[in-house]
Amino acid sequence: MVDSTVMREVTLTLPMLPDMEIAASKTATALAEFMEMSSDKIDEVRMAVVEACINSFEHSQADDRKVEIRFVVLGNDDPERLQITIKDSGVGFAPDTVERPRIEEKLIAANKRGWGLTIIKGLMDEVEIHSGADGTTVVMSKLR
Amino acid sequence: MTEMLKVTVDRRPPLAVIYTEGYINNQGGEEIARVAYDLIEGDHTTLLLNLKGTKIVNSIGISILIEIIEKMLEIDGRLAFCNLTPTIEKTFHIMGLAQYAQIFADEEVALGELTV
Repeated sequence: MVDSTVMREVTLTLPMLPDMEIAASKTATALAEFMEMSSDKIDEVRMAVVEACINSFEHSQADDRKVEIRFVVLGNDDPERLQITIKDSGVGFAPDTVERPRIEEKLIAANKRGWGLTIIKGLMDEVEIHSGADGTTVVMSKLR
Repeated sequence: MTEMLKVTVDRRPPLAVIYTEGYINNQGGEEIARVAYDLIEGDHTTLLLNLKGTKIVNSIGISILIEIIEKMLEIDGRLAFCNLTPTIEKTFHIMGLAQYAQIFADEEVALGELTV
């Protein structure tokens, strides 16, 4: 079981504007580098953060057009896990009803999008999604 | 803030290599598609996307790459990738893209296979 002591914490509030996901990915990269994650794992975290932000920007319909992101390095003597929480105050959705996209269907479909959650789940070690009428919170983590 | 995508092309009919440098987001994907469709119009039936200069993509950009794959399948052409970062390659496998577009380690290997 990984110790849950908070070793380092950063919070960001980003406006939902084009390419602001890059700002979030840079913060994730800085913390993952502090943890001495491998470059491949850092890239995976970076991409997952980009996807989570884009999902929020594109689908949340949040009136405040903002997303809050909390990055936490967890561990004891050494950092063990990077936990990233992405929260919006949008309309929410039912995660259980989101079907995993299939490439053979997307190739012939007019809408080829809808890959964000699949990518996030494929790149991170743990992903939890809490969503309701007051918004959506995605909690995802990566072990060092 | 924005990492604008630069796209350059090396034409070797019927093959063309498309080089990217920067972030493949929606604008980047659209730029690649514009270049790819021009090449297809010019009877290039095999396209190799060399992503050596791209360290990050997003799913919107990839969805535009899927449109290009669809187009290549329609004309019995081929789209292939080379020089992917491990994370981009892993993402393509997660999405199943690798079933429809070959992935090569580098350009030399790709050209060796695609020009046979």
